[in-house]
Amino acid sequence: MSRSTTILRRAAALALLGGGAVLATGCGRANARVGDEAGDAAAKVYVAPGKYDEFYAFFSGGFDGQVGVYGLPSGRLLKHVPVFSQNAENGWGYSEQTKPMLNTSYGVVPWDDAHHPQLSQTAGVPDGRWLFINGNNTPRIARMDLTRFETEEILEIPNSAGNHSSPFVTENNEYVVAGTRFSVPAPQRDVSIDEYKEEFSGTLTFAKVDSATGHMAIAFQIRLPAFDYDLSHAGKGPSHGWSFFTSYNTEQANTKLEVNASQKDKDYVAAIHWKQAEQCVAQGKAKTEPARYAHNVIGEDGIARTDWGSSVKVLTPAACPGLAYYLPTPKSPHGVDVDPTGEYIVAGSKLATVLPVHSFSKMLKAIDQKAFAGEDHGIPVLKYEATIAGEVQNPGLGPLHTEFDGKGYAYTSMFLSSEIVKWSLKDFKVVDRAPVYYSVGHLMIPGGDSRKPWGKYAVALNKITKDRYLPTGPELAQSAQLYDISGDRMKLLLDFPTIGEPHYAQALPASIIKDRQLKMYSLQENKDPFAVKNEKTTRVERKGNVVHVMMTSVRSHFMPDKIEGIKVGDSVYFHVTNLEQDWDVPHGFAVLGANNAELLLMPGQTRTLAWVPTQTGVFPFYCTDFCSALHQEMQGYIRVSPRSSNVALKWNSPSYKDMADKDHDRDHDKHDDKEGS
Amino acid sequence: MTRASRLAVAAVSLLLLAVYVTPLWHINLIAPQYPEGLGLRIWVNQITGLKPGDLNSINGLNHYIGMRAIEPASFPELQYMPWLLGAAVAAGLLVALAGRRPVLYAWAGLFTLGAIAGLADFWKWGYDYGHQLDPHAAIKVPGMSYQPPVIGSKQLLNFHAESWPGPGGWIAIFALLVVLTVAVLEWRRAHPPRPVEAAAAPALRAAQAVEAA
Repeated sequence: MSRSTTILRRAAALALLGGGAVLATGCGRANARVGDEAGDAAAKVYVAPGKYDEFYAFFSGGFDGQVGVYGLPSGRLLKHVPVFSQNAENGWGYSEQTKPMLNTSYGVVPWDDAHHPQLSQTAGVPDGRWLFINGNNTPRIARMDLTRFETEEILEIPNSAGNHSSPFVTENNEYVVAGTRFSVPAPQRDVSIDEYKEEFSGTLTFAKVDSATGHMAIAFQIRLPAFDYDLSHAGKGPSHGWSFFTSYNTEQANTKLEVNASQKDKDYVAAIHWKQAEQCVAQGKAKTEPARYAHNVIGEDGIARTDWGSSVKVLTPAACPGLAYYLPTPKSPHGVDVDPTGEYIVAGSKLATVLPVHSFSKMLKAIDQKAFAGEDHGIPVLKYEATIAGEVQNPGLGPLHTEFDGKGYAYTSMFLSSEIVKWSLKDFKVVDRAPVYYSVGHLMIPGGDSRKPWGKYAVALNKITKDRYLPTGPELAQSAQLYDISGDRMKLLLDFPTIGEPHYAQALPASIIKDRQLKMYSLQENKDPFAVKNEKTTRVERKGNVVHVMMTSVRSHFMPDKIEGIKVGDSVYFHVTNLEQDWDVPHGFAVLGANNAELLLMPGQTRTLAWVPTQTGVFPFYCTDFCSALHQEMQGYIRVSPRSSNVALKWNSPSYKDMADKDHDRDHDKHDDKEGS
Repeated sequence: MTRASRLAVAAVSLLLLAVYVTPLWHINLIAPQYPEGLGLRIWVNQITGLKPGDLNSINGLNHYIGMRAIEPASFPELQYMPWLLGAAVAAGLLVALAGRRPVLYAWAGLFTLGAIAGLADFWKWGYDYGHQLDPHAAIKVPGMSYQPPVIGSKQLLNFHAESWPGPGGWIAIFALLVVLTVAVLEWRRAHPPRPVEAAAAPALRAAQAVEAA
């Protein structure tokens, strides 16, 4: 927020300088329109009971580290998918199977700041296979599988800090990228902060994506000058093979950046020719450096494992001419967005009064003709006039991000003047404005950063909420707003609150992924080593101080549901398998005094909760997910005896004959018959 | 037997082979919380769910009312029905080959008896499952039993149960009707009406003309 408030302060000054008139007329007109269209708007966002939304939208959770899945146009929350943050609700990051997902070279990091979801693409169009998202604080990229809406992989990015310009896929998922927003000594070492210019550098990481499995692997890193690499987008069509990164703080300030990094008239868009980088790596021009980083993947058995990376290939522009060029771009550019044709590169010059649009074809020509204004740290700086296609005049104040409708128009979010500005890619003239409430960051059009936008709606992801909803104390939900952009003029349709602090979002037609959803896990194909697939084989095993409970859950009982012979200080692992093979019948598992969370078990799935009892007594465990008419009966007891006791280990399931015989109760008796017949 | 009758008998006998690869009977359990459907499929040699896991789920639900679990392995019918079906097909082909009416009548009679016995067995099966309930069941509704209908629908607590022939069942019914029709026609060919009656019944004569054509 400190950046935002700084910008706000600047707003006053800039507004006085010339944007004020634009702002005032824009708001007045649009407000009148909202009133006129209110009735119409209700019909456009109404999704009748039992009907489906037209689009899935994936909103980053920002500082909640997760992904929110919403339906459009209703704005209804469909799911909150855990990614970088532990999620007590379903045991993500707490269960033994998922704990390794949060491993990093710094140990377990159970939280992150997730900014930019990116749908995987085929030929530059979202294909609905995976969703990638960056972790900003402890640099990571995660991949979510879109048949299960579960995070499947998290790759740590070494030599990076503030993984902000990430993941921004190339048009066939060749790479996801990770540019550092905070330059740091790379590799990390103990130096004075005052030696920033000499010792720090900015790393851009390219991670290869396996086209069959989606698995990521760091292919190479590019070591650039110590600027702040803010945002990115890959080229497409003719510009495929290039990626663009905004670079602010070219002043290389290391303190009070709000002033010290805002001095130059122009910073840069860095154009990175990754196809050239591939060649240089193939020619052995990259240096292999040691680097330790975690690569966490959930295997086919549903269990996460960490592979430790030990080195990276590092490429410098000096070793690979033609790899990087700087495009001078007015004042501290934020977003960099490539239009559907791949020709125009729009930079969100947040402190400028124009919106610069670079031309890819002019850029290639300028490189060819060596139209250089000079060099910066050995990297050619192209002449501004040689690459610029046009400037949108008086676009508004604080331009940040641009998306496209596929019909020749661009839509840019204006943080300071709180509006979305629609302009033509033909003549770079503003054609419409719509106010947002308030201070929009990213905006999103389904497929709006791809080669084929579905240009029906735009969503504003706003940073300030204030009075838009019933007040809820000092901390307010973040607000999103939905606009109809199918006509000439934008129409505000809906406000809806969102979870966390969404930055960017992505959306695609529901039809692409709706019918590919997994309904349950196959019990027969369950490969968890502690899975039990029927009640007969449920059992309890002690190995020293470690006790494994192989337990099943099925409507409406656990097997076993009576366990004795546990001692204070034992490490007890409850391996619970949900025997159900019925859609939407999860069971939960919780035990009194557990210091972690609950388990939530999908049908056919095994999850493990570790429990170290600290007190003697008899403790209940129970099903937490209302599963059936006899859900309240779905409970059991576990007895914990003193360390010195010699209470025998016993449990009531068919595998333990003594207790099962003596302790027969009807339900189990019946189940024995069922299993045995 | 006429050539047409023999061909018809041979054709439906071969058609009966399709019963091996498609369910004889469908039982669907309809309830609001199962929008995706829940049901059983009874084949000549197995019982499956409408979806994988349905048999398991139905057994899970049935344990609340104390109904025995449906275990396909415990039905001897599923062991011998495939052989009976094979015998019916072979017998039908032999009837067509032999082309003699008494053999046709015998086969038609056995086929009819077999179908009646099958449906009776199915009814008995449903009766036993629906009535022999565990007295310790969690849900006991006085006077309530849970016998599914053989054909038609019935409300069983929160489920609306529907039972209808599957494709295999319809094929068997069609085959039976064809065989009975052939048998009746052959019978009438062998026992022509007396001329006086024929004169008094022009409609019948017209029908015979059509038949001869």
